[in-house]
Amino acid sequence: MKQTLNEKQRWYWKKNIKLILSLLVVWALVGYGGAILLAEPLYHVRFFNVSLSYWIAHQGSILVFILLILIYALRMDKLDKKYKAMLKDGE
Amino acid sequence: MSVEAITIILVLITFAIYTGIGWWSRVNDTSNFYVAGQGVPTVANGAAIAADWMSAASFISMAGLVAFLGYDGTIYLMGWTGGYVLLALLLAPYLRKFGKFTVPDFIGDRFYSSSARSVAAVATIFISLTYISGQMRGVGIVFSRYLQVDIVVGVLIGMAIVGFFALLGGMKGVTWTQAIQYFVIIIAFIIPAVAISLQLTGNPVPQLALTTSDIVDRLGQIQVDLGMTEYMAPFTDLSLLNVFMVTLALMAGTAGLPHVIVRFYTVKSVRAARWSAVWAIIFIGLLYLTAPAVGAFAKYNLIDTIADKPIEEVQSIEWVSKWETTGLLQLDDQNGDGVVNFTGGDDNEVVIDGDIIVLSTPEVANLAPFIIALVAAGGLAAALSTASGLLITMTSAVSHDIYYRIFNKTASEAQRLRVGRITLLIALGIAAYVGINPPGFAGEVVALAFGLGAASLFPVILLGIFDKRMNKEGAVAGIITGLSFTLIMIGAILSPSIIGTEEPILNSFFGINAQGVGVIGMLLNFIVSFIVSRMTPEPPSEIQQLIENVRAPELDEQPEQSVNEK
Repeated sequence: MKQTLNEKQRWYWKKNIKLILSLLVVWALVGYGGAILLAEPLYHVRFFNVSLSYWIAHQGSILVFILLILIYALRMDKLDKKYKAMLKDGE
Repeated sequence: MSVEAITIILVLITFAIYTGIGWWSRVNDTSNFYVAGQGVPTVANGAAIAADWMSAASFISMAGLVAFLGYDGTIYLMGWTGGYVLLALLLAPYLRKFGKFTVPDFIGDRFYSSSARSVAAVATIFISLTYISGQMRGVGIVFSRYLQVDIVVGVLIGMAIVGFFALLGGMKGVTWTQAIQYFVIIIAFIIPAVAISLQLTGNPVPQLALTTSDIVDRLGQIQVDLGMTEYMAPFTDLSLLNVFMVTLALMAGTAGLPHVIVRFYTVKSVRAARWSAVWAIIFIGLLYLTAPAVGAFAKYNLIDTIADKPIEEVQSIEWVSKWETTGLLQLDDQNGDGVVNFTGGDDNEVVIDGDIIVLSTPEVANLAPFIIALVAAGGLAAALSTASGLLITMTSAVSHDIYYRIFNKTASEAQRLRVGRITLLIALGIAAYVGINPPGFAGEVVALAFGLGAASLFPVILLGIFDKRMNKEGAVAGIITGLSFTLIMIGAILSPSIIGTEEPILNSFFGINAQGVGVIGMLLNFIVSFIVSRMTPEPPSEIQQLIENVRAPELDEQPEQSVNEK
């Protein structure tokens, strides 16, 4: 176990943090923006046969949450692969 | 054959399956008792997390709550799914990398302190006990309606079954049983939803039917005509502030629930923890995307069946009379006009318990008796699976975190297992008592558990991973502040039902209700722990090293890393 992270590990952690933050921004925009703070204005927008804010609050947000977690798992798999490739190049 | 007979047979069959699995995967050492040896595949673990998660509150209560709250029901829909985003991104992978038994274990080791460990263990016990009391009401309702027994007998039967499975299998048995229970739960939820959707709209996909048919519009119109609130309009039942706060409390609470977090220790790698979270949210999302449709359809059907109909005609309907005898549905022709007035005002003559919406839906829609029985079996699976997960978590908090790690560091496996089993029996007794004498509405009680989780465990776990400077002084001060603030506020706002005052001591905390006040506790926790940690010495270097190690990428899937090695 090393005292501090080496350069590549720090790169990995920074990438990880950046990914988490961008996904959380979407999480907040959809959940708290679309479904709560903008609920009144979006109530007057129609989405098929219901109001848009109702659809986001009862369906859309949940779909987005599922996607966010899926994207995180996929992107982290990719990042793991990249990191391992970097280790090989460095040797 | 009567509905009740079919129900009993179906319930017995499902219980026989659960018992078979519990027997097949029975365990004899503590590591398997608590975390299933980290050898559970991600799909099975995802299904187990989903079943563990989806309790009587999700299965029995939620669609009913949505039916009555309309738009504002989103606090439960978003709150109980959005928390998984926090859990999957911010906590699960790192806790798995840390590789410990329990949540208090993580907190105790990360903050190098027995007091942090015991404070976390106490918070765990508090949260789990509050939560489990909500499950018992669900079990009681199902048994009292379909097995036609007294609610006390129903709760006792339920507790005996839960205890039997938990003692037999430990976490591994529970994990596999829960994976099977998930499929019982979801089938039981979706089949009636599809049938009603087809019946009302001609579209078999409930989610599409909800969005593309005119059913929600029609429901909104009928509700307005009857003097209720518009179904689709936001903030008619709760203020914007409360919708915001309760949603946030439920989300952060989800991420802070010890019995859910512990699930991410049962996989073999960090990658597997991430994919367990993916499967879990897909499985959970399936039910949560269906619930708003069930809520709207059920409300429509219910109003259509009983509103403005002659009271004698309504009372002669079989399901109406059966639910009337349980006391959960009451019709009272107050103005004596012989017609059922179902309105939002003072002239309302229908009192309906939200908890019966899902259970009565197949009967209201005249579906086959087999489907009605299936729903009862699903409700029982939901309540029992969550109750066993909670019992194991509580048991490990006592036998592992308090007894073994603090009082008796030389305890043998057998001794710890014995303490675990004794704790389990005591916890069962308390849960049965609370189930027979519930302190309030099931949904309310469950939501309070989330507020406590949000205010106590969530902030310190998060800071433990992302703030290297966070030390034991900060963490302990934070948990104590968050937990006690939230407990006091809940006690003050709900004082009539908790300590029996005439009027609530406090109406709300600046407009925030008891379910949402955990968010303030959480903010206080963050602020206090940050300030205290900056004024006290930084954590020792081996702890800082530990955090660096948790952050470093995992090179290979570690084969069966033993959690016993310290």
